[in-house]
Order: sequence, then C-alpha cells, then structure tokens
Amino acid sequence: MSAALLDVSDVTIAYGKVEAVRDVSLNVGDNEIVTIVGANGAGKTTLLNAIMGILPLKGRVGFAGRNIAGDDIEDRVGEGLCLVPEHRELFGTMTVAENLQLGAFRIAKAEAAATLERVYALFPRLHERQKQLAGTLSGGEQQMLAMGRALMGRPRLLMLDEPSLGLAPLIVADIFRTIAELRQAGVSILLVEQNARAALKIADRAYVMELGEFILSGAAADVAADPRVIGSYLGFQGEATP
Amino acid sequence: MNATILLFLLQDGITNGAIYALLGLALVLVFAVTRVILIPQGEFVTYGALTYAALASGKFPDTAQLALAMGLVAFVFDLFANRHGFNLRRTARSFAVNVVLSGAVLAATLAFAGRKNPVFVDVGLALLIVACIGLYLYRIVYQPIAHASVLTLLIASVGAHLAMQGFALVFFGAEGLRGPAISDVSFSLGALMFTGQSLGVYVITAALIVGLWLFFGYTLYGRALRATAVNRLGARLVGIRTSLSGRMAFLLAAVIGGISGILIVPITTLYYDTGFIIGLKGFVVAIIGGLVSYPITAAAAIGVGIIEAFSSFYASNYKEVIVFTLILPILVLRSLAAPEVEEEQD
Ligand SMILES: Nc1ncnc2c1ncn2[C@@H]1O[C@H](COP(=O)(O)OP(=O)(O)OP(=O)(O)O)[C@@H](O)[C@H]1O
Ligand SMILES: [Mg+2]
Repeated sequence: MSAALLDVSDVTIAYGKVEAVRDVSLNVGDNEIVTIVGANGAGKTTLLNAIMGILPLKGRVGFAGRNIAGDDIEDRVGEGLCLVPEHRELFGTMTVAENLQLGAFRIAKAEAAATLERVYALFPRLHERQKQLAGTLSGGEQQMLAMGRALMGRPRLLMLDEPSLGLAPLIVADIFRTIAELRQAGVSILLVEQNARAALKIADRAYVMELGEFILSGAAADVAADPRVIGSYLGFQGEATP
Repeated sequence: MNATILLFLLQDGITNGAIYALLGLALVLVFAVTRVILIPQGEFVTYGALTYAALASGKFPDTAQLALAMGLVAFVFDLFANRHGFNLRRTARSFAVNVVLSGAVLAATLAFAGRKNPVFVDVGLALLIVACIGLYLYRIVYQPIAHASVLTLLIASVGAHLAMQGFALVFFGAEGLRGPAISDVSFSLGALMFTGQSLGVYVITAALIVGLWLFFGYTLYGRALRATAVNRLGARLVGIRTSLSGRMAFLLAAVIGGISGILIVPITTLYYDTGFIIGLKGFVVAIIGGLVSYPITAAAAIGVGIIEAFSSFYASNYKEVIVFTLILPILVLRSLAAPEVEEEQD
C-alpha cells in the first residue's frame, strides 16, 4: 500500500518504566476499516491514546504523509484525526446539542450546520434528545453522542475505542451499521473491539494484540480463520453472535 | 441598634459582598478551567484600583510599562515554544496579541495620562492595562506548566502574587490612594442613602453576572470554556486548546479583578497590598462554594460582606479576625460534607 493515511512505525509506549506497547507498527489506508483485537490489558487503549497524543510515545506516527508524533492533541484534531475514547469524555453537564456544537469547534459554521444534519440523520435519537444533558443519557445514547461529537470534527480517520462496550446487542448492531455507513461516506476507521466476531466481520484488515505486541495481522477474513484467534477470541461455535 | 443602622450595615455588607461575589466567581472560573488557584487575583484588584486612581489624579501609571514588558516576554516565550517549526501566521498572531496590543495600550496611556479625562476613559484604560497583564501572566507563569499538579500551580501562584505585589510597591509607593467616584449622583430612599458609587457597584455587578451568563450560555467560546471546565481531556479531543481556555479565563479574571478594584477605590483607601486581603475574601467565598459552585459562591459572598459590615461596626479592630474566624466552622462543615476528591491526572 502506498502512503497510508495513518502510518505508525516502531512505536513503544511506557507507563513509567513498564512498557505497555513494544515496537508496534500499523497502518490504515484511505477508506479502510482496520480493527485491533486483543484480550483485556493487551495495550489497545494505550496505543490509540498514544496515536492521539494523549500519551507520549517513542517512534513515528505518520498521518497524511507527515510525522505528527510531536504534535499536540488539538493539532491532530485539526489535521482530521479524531478519537472516541474508552471513557467517552463527554461534557456531562452540557446538553446534547452543545456537545455536538463543540465537536465542530474547529470547523466553519456553515460546514458545521451541514455536518450536524448528517449526524442527526445517522443518530435520530440524538435529535430527539438535543436539550437533554449529556450526563443523563443512557449508556448507548452516550456512545452515540461520543461518536456524533467526533464526527462533527469531520475526521479523515476516526479511531473508536470499544464502541460496543456495555451496550445491548440491538444497539451494538446499530453502531456497527453506522461504522459501515461512515466508511461509505469516506471516513477511514481504526476500531478497537472486545467483540472480535463483529469487528472482524466488518473490517478489511485486522491486527491481533497480545501483551503489547502484534502477534498476527492480515486481511480480516484470514485473521478470523486463524486457529489461535478462533481459540482465544472467537470462542467455540454457537457462542452468542452479535 | 436602630433600624437605620441595621439597614445601613446591610447595605454596606451587600455592596462589599457583591464585590467578593465577583472575585469568587472569577476564582472558581479560573480553577475550573486551569486548576490554578489564583492568588494573584488580589493584585488585579490593586492594579485596577491604583492604575485608575493614578490616571484620575493626572499621573502616569507605570503598570502600562509593565504590561508592555510582560507582552515582550510573552512574545519571546511564544517564539521559543515554536522554535522547532517556524510558522508565520502563528508568529504574527503572537506578535499582535503580545506586542502590538500592549504597545498600543501604552501609547494610549501616554496620550491620555496627565490630562483631565472623562471617567470612562480612565476606567477603560485601567481595565485594558490590567487585562493585558492578566493575559500575559497566564502565558508567562502558567502556560509552560499547564499540565503540572495543582500543588505546583499553587506554588507558582504564590510566586506570581509576591512578584506582582512587589511591583505594586515600586509603582505606587507605600502610601494609599483613593480614586474619584464613578458618579456623583446620590439620592435617599426612606432612611437609606444611595450614592452613585454604591449603585454603580450593584449595577455593574449585576451587568457583569448577566454578561458572563450570556457569554457562557450562548457563545461558542463561552461554551468552549465551560467544556474545558467540565472535561479537560474531552475539550482537547474536540480541538479546544488548553492554552486558549486558560487565556480566556485569565482575561476574564483580570478584568473582573480590575473592575472590583475600580469600584472599591472611591470607597476605601487602597494600598499596594490591600488587594491581597480583598482577594483572600473572594478566595474564602470560592472555597465555601467548593471551587465549583457559582451560586453557593455568590450567596457566601453576600454573607461574608454582611458579617464584615457588622463586625466593623461593633469591633472594627477585629473586623478581619471575626470574618476569617467565622469561616473556620463553615470550612470544617464543608469538608465533612464534601465527598473525597482525588486529584485528577492528565
Ligand atoms: N495509567 C497507567 N499506569 C500504569 N499502567 C497502565 C496504565 N494504564 C494502563 N496500564 C497498563 O497497560 C496495559 C495495557 O492497558 P490498556 O488499557 O491499553 O489495555 P486494553 O488492551 O485497552 O484493555 P481493555 O480491553 O481491557 O480495555 C495494562 O497492563 C494496564 O494495566
Ligand atoms: Mg481498553
């Protein structure tokens, strides 16, 4: 692949002296859905946070052809890199509409209005609850709002950290459908998921992370067929499907 | 005690309380947005008051030069921070905000100082000078350590307070100053006498509170500031710069401090270090509000103002002692009632 949109190479991330992620390389192309699967504590959140600039890292983070490893979070947002973090980080005492408006903080007003229409079309529930405080939304609604807020920033690459966490199967299906729609709209996706089965189904490519390293990567279908993945992440046949 | 005195003391207390309310609100705002406990808030009061008093008495206020000096330092800081990737637009903006602005304010001060100006010119100049100083103070002292712990920021605050108080002594001398009233009108309503100054305090306080409410509720930047206060990481993730919010918070705090000073200085003689005690009372009411609640802070401010008025009537030597001692049980109660908070990391 020539000049991927996101090109992370030889990245190491440490908490103090403990290296949580070691020598990891990954890339995401234009219009691609890439997923990272792995057990609890493998280092997935750590990696996404470091790519976003929340944690310091050693190594190179190429985005749209430029090394952004030294940039502030705010500059990365300006470049079109957005993260929906594990804990969502919504503005709890502000309304849904205010949260969305702030998502477009760096976007021109007219463009923001058009994006808002699209977000409301994607999540009609948010439209109904515009005036409600974000902190009082249900878990699923908060996840929709977190995604909606990130989309308001018109990302080129959207990183999602466990968007299905704690959600009912029906809503999970909704969220995954939305992810597929986003790709149609030209947004690349880097998806971290516990729900490996669903993630591998919608992704083009996948990386499998264990103890801070990628042990396997490739086309999603191949990864899903790998015996190690079936054993560790997909479980035996007949387990609940998304 | 007769009813007249009671009413008079209440009126006096509410006037002072209104000012503590403003200062307390500014402290809460700055803490929520930047985690800085703004001890130099009192210096904004002093600088605003004494700059206004100096201008009104036809003298040139040296604070205008301090603003330019701080602006130059802030500009050098910006240049140094951008040394790895020179960016013309960013540098031009920094030059405009730090050097052009403070230079223009100094030029205006030179042009108007030593003359008999309308009150609003002196007030406007004094506020501009204090606003610049507040803005650059954030850039120089706090922005480089914006992600440090609350304790580190507090230590920086103590340093900034001492430095600014020292400058105040150099600029204004050890003698107190008093400024002219903003308006000379007065009228009486029953037994109560309303001076233009005390009405000014009410009107301006109310206008400021309404203005802040509109700003925070209805403008994008006001909402961005609130968002930073609610969730700093969330704000950064939508592209709101910590430094932008910090600058806005300090600008507001400096202007509010300056206005408070200008409102007080016709009523009380202010010395180079009086602002600190006044700021401390604002701090106390902000603490009663737990550094988070605006309504509790405002209510506490009125309470402190009234207690102060009564204690200065009955035992004026012990005025401060009584005020600060009465705070203790309230703080103990608060700390018992408040849930334990862990210091946030980011
Ligand atoms: N702030 C921290 N300080 C020290 N160690 C941490 C910190 N945050 C995470 N870790 C450790 O780093 C490792 C990777 O954590 P991370 O949160 O990235 O895992 P994850 O793959 O996202 O797991 P999950 O699927 O449970 O969310 C874990 O061992 C975790 O304990
Ligand atoms: Mg995680």
